[in-house]
Amino acid sequence: MEQVLQQLINGLSLGSIYALIALGYTMVYGIIQLINFAHGDVYMVGAYVGYVCMTHLHIGFFPSLVVAMAACAVLGMVIERVAYKPLRHSTRIAVLITAIGVSLLLEYTMMYFAGAAVRSYPELPAYLTRSFHFGGVVVTSLQISIVAVSVILMVALQFIVRRTKLGKAMRAVSQDQDAARLMGISVDNTISFTFALGSALAGAAGVLVGVYYNSINPLMGILPGLKAFVAAVFGGIGLIPGALLGGYVIGAIETLVSWVGFSTFRDAVVFAVLIIVLIVKPSGILGKNVREKV
Amino acid sequence: MKRTFAALASAALGLSLLAGCGGSGSGSSDSIKIGVNYELSGSVATYGDASVKGIELAIEEINAAGGINGKQVELVKYDTKSEPAEATTLATKLMTQDKVLTVIGPATSGSFKATIPVANQNQVPVISGSATAEDVTVSNDKLQEYAFRTCFSDSYQGTAMANFAAENLSATSAFVIKDTSSDYAKGLADNFSQRFGDLGGTVVGEEGYVSGDTDFNAILTRIKNQDFDVIYLPGYYNEVGLIIKQARELGITQPILGGDGFDSPTLLQLAGASALNDVYYTNHYSSLDTTNQQLQAFTEAYTAKYGEEPNAFNALGYDTAKLVADAIGRSSELTGEAVKEALASTEDFEGVTGTFSIDPETHDPVKAALVIGLKDGVQDSVEKAAI
Repeated sequence: MEQVLQQLINGLSLGSIYALIALGYTMVYGIIQLINFAHGDVYMVGAYVGYVCMTHLHIGFFPSLVVAMAACAVLGMVIERVAYKPLRHSTRIAVLITAIGVSLLLEYTMMYFAGAAVRSYPELPAYLTRSFHFGGVVVTSLQISIVAVSVILMVALQFIVRRTKLGKAMRAVSQDQDAARLMGISVDNTISFTFALGSALAGAAGVLVGVYYNSINPLMGILPGLKAFVAAVFGGIGLIPGALLGGYVIGAIETLVSWVGFSTFRDAVVFAVLIIVLIVKPSGILGKNVREKV
Repeated sequence: MKRTFAALASAALGLSLLAGCGGSGSGSSDSIKIGVNYELSGSVATYGDASVKGIELAIEEINAAGGINGKQVELVKYDTKSEPAEATTLATKLMTQDKVLTVIGPATSGSFKATIPVANQNQVPVISGSATAEDVTVSNDKLQEYAFRTCFSDSYQGTAMANFAAENLSATSAFVIKDTSSDYAKGLADNFSQRFGDLGGTVVGEEGYVSGDTDFNAILTRIKNQDFDVIYLPGYYNEVGLIIKQARELGITQPILGGDGFDSPTLLQLAGASALNDVYYTNHYSSLDTTNQQLQAFTEAYTAKYGEEPNAFNALGYDTAKLVADAIGRSSELTGEAVKEALASTEDFEGVTGTFSIDPETHDPVKAALVIGLKDGVQDSVEKAAI
């Protein structure tokens, strides 16, 4: 029983991070049908921004989180304006390849400036490193913070998308760009805003991972990025609740696989799940089968 | 179309061959060239960088003291980017174009092994200060004629640690967590398990991870409630640091043992000082080893040059360069073959990692392993491990 609870906590912390990254994937896909492969690297940049804030500027964890989110929001908008906007009317494969290019550009630019070696976050304040024992179950305040920050951000996102004008515009653009433009919605601004929002969440995930695992490097975004993509597809790409569900399920699957004793097959299992979902229900668990217009 | 391509390709090939010939004529006769082929960027850059720092210090000292038989030593340095294929290419370049007498490096076994066929083919010795894998100098019972090393092998480290666990820590059961993507970790784990078994201990379980992983909570939670005396954790500092941190956070208090992959300042940054208690690892060198005469002078020179304390890779790099210079000084003529003969007949070489001879049968050094104990992240104890 203790083991089950402990593993549940492990899975929750991991799942929260995947969910935060997956949200960005799914929002961008929802609005311009682009799988933004550079998204995992935005998460990496977020981790480095947080690192610089905490190590060199000596500001606390929460302010660093905010700075990293802001920096990533700007980065996301710049990427969209520079790399994707000029290609908005070209084939989808062209944009997809551009996304891979942006991803490599971010990785190796960071490697050029920061070096390839692993860096670690500075010693954390005591309120973040405390651990609580419930019987044999150990919960650290860091794990609580990760889940809490993730949930707060997700609730905030839900609020923005459902209750604000910008959110309404986002939903409108994702349904029909031309009709939205006719209704007086600025499509360009709305797409920019979507990128900013998704990238900010990825930036937050980056800082959370930085403090949680205490280890960042320029290629850290590749695997979590791919897994978050799997999470988004799993839940139904383009759907915000789907990304949440997918993130937590992937986190749980990984933990479960390690727990059973196949830790080295963890990544393989995650991608096997992707294949199964694509075969059985291509639109994802929460997705509806929409017939393509011919 | 196809034919045009073939013609172009062969023309390009011809040109590059010509360029190769043009480059090979250089090399002045009043200096001795030694190749340095190390991981200066990429995933194991810490090892490469550290080794090269030691090598450069050694060569500086040799040149200041008048060089080798009056000839100054010139280093030709390349970066393998931590990739074995790149290491092979650069070794070839060093031997055929730069005409070096010996190539030092790379630091890791995989990359070093990739350069050995090139060495045998060109008859230029290659030597590494840290390639600890089993089959480096002897592969399939056949001696690699032109490969040498100045570090002991994995089997030696694993065996030494098993002895230490059973005798010094009185452990009777161990749990093994190894990096399944690395031959190094697998070699250490196998030899540890075998020796530990021979000494009457039991390995109660094994877990694996792959390099690059960051979350070990699931496997650690799994082993937490099992009964064992020590954890044997062969691997590299990047993952090991995180594993130790997460294990201590989960309340796993047993001693954690490992190999020379622990030896990096990054370990302390990743794990944090409070987690690094009851942690022991085998190593080639320790600044606490007061029985060594050379050590004092080396530590002072190193600290003066780089402004930091030397680590084992610095020391091994330093010893390797000194050994190469020593062998070149003793060799009958300045050819790769003569240097190879001289290296193989090294006896009682006094280095900072101990006094050792090179076994002509295996091209391995004959020396003792040290077991270093950490307390709050700092080296606290050092013992010579008996075999």
